[in-house]
Amino acid sequence: MTGKGQPQQGLKSGSPPNIAAAGLACLRGGRLLFKGVSFALSAGDALILTGPNGVGKSSLLRLLAGLLPAFSGKVERSGNLALADEHMALDPRLPLARALGDWAHLDGSTAQDVTAALAAFDLTHLADVPVRMLSTGQRRRATLARIHASRAPIWLLDEPGNGLDTASLALLDDAMATHRAAGGLVIVASHQPLGLANAQHLALVAAA
Amino acid sequence: MNRFIAIVMRDLRVSFGAGGIALPVVFFLLVATLYPFAVGPDGALLARTGGGVLWVAALLAALLPLDRLIAPDAESGVLDQYGVRGMGEEMIAFAKIVAHWLGFGPPLMLAALPAAALLRLDGSTLAAVELGLLAGTPGLAALGVMVASLTAGVRRSGALGGLLMLPLAVPLIIFGAGSIGDFGGGAVRFLAASSLFLVALAPFAAGAGIRALRE
Repeated sequence: MTGKGQPQQGLKSGSPPNIAAAGLACLRGGRLLFKGVSFALSAGDALILTGPNGVGKSSLLRLLAGLLPAFSGKVERSGNLALADEHMALDPRLPLARALGDWAHLDGSTAQDVTAALAAFDLTHLADVPVRMLSTGQRRRATLARIHASRAPIWLLDEPGNGLDTASLALLDDAMATHRAAGGLVIVASHQPLGLANAQHLALVAAA
Repeated sequence: MNRFIAIVMRDLRVSFGAGGIALPVVFFLLVATLYPFAVGPDGALLARTGGGVLWVAALLAALLPLDRLIAPDAESGVLDQYGVRGMGEEMIAFAKIVAHWLGFGPPLMLAALPAAALLRLDGSTLAAVELGLLAGTPGLAALGVMVASLTAGVRRSGALGGLLMLPLAVPLIIFGAGSIGDFGGGAVRFLAASSLFLVALAPFAAGAGIRALRE
């Protein structure tokens, strides 16, 4: 039932993906959250963001995603992004497969990509269930299936393990490993340990 | 362009599913039904004032869908996902205006046919109302999306949206109701010009509103 048996669909970006941050600082609501954040990742790399609540892990991910302006520093990347945060961003009325298919259509992915994404997170049996009927853990897996189906090389995951049971955590680990093996990149903010081999660590500290 | 069409189709489907298309039309017809009860069955009076009443009804009907144009997409993270894909906020806003108009303008123009019969409007007045709605509803749709994106982050945005939108819609109602008296005259051109101005301006204002929602 895991994504291992599925042939990984090729990632969309032609050149190898990479993302680098140099001296990033983030100002929210007049408060400097963090400063001097730098890292460089290339194909197959993973970065784990840690730090206490409120230090700006989610803000850093949104900043990398281009949703927030950087107060200083800059982000350089090549390759498309996929962001999985607390918002599922799936139409609650639609059956899960169709809701995922909407985004896949926008991303230029195919129906096979959606099927593979559903299988990778053990959601195949829920494909025809309306999104609003899903449980917390199933919603989380649906969010992850959305980024899986996007075929974007750079994954930004905000607490992806929240609400997942042990079996689902293993699926997440598998999916991240498969993604990296195919030349993808993973940046994950998480307070729980995830099975990411050879990952870089970045502990965010509050700016004084 | 494909992405633009995808947003339009999605918004149309969502508003259709949520009853967002039927609601303004039913409201519009209800006003047209109630007005004769209020002023009495004087055919001449109804025919003289009915066109203006239809314009007021159209304006008020345009307020009904305000709170579901932007806020649900902001809360569910859909607007963020558009942003992650590098889609410009102005493009998103314009797609939303197009979708909103498609679900609002033509249904209202259809509903104006029975409404005109209820108010005993004659053929030329009905033609003027339809032409006016065709010219004016794009402006109403643009105003609606603009106001909705500026108020999406606010609690009880529905009431505030109405307060913001009605004054801005004054030119539309002046020229819209004015166009009924002189069919094909200057008023309908001013109406079309106001509408065009709003359609040109709104994507930028609404785009800025969508960006501000991400903070």
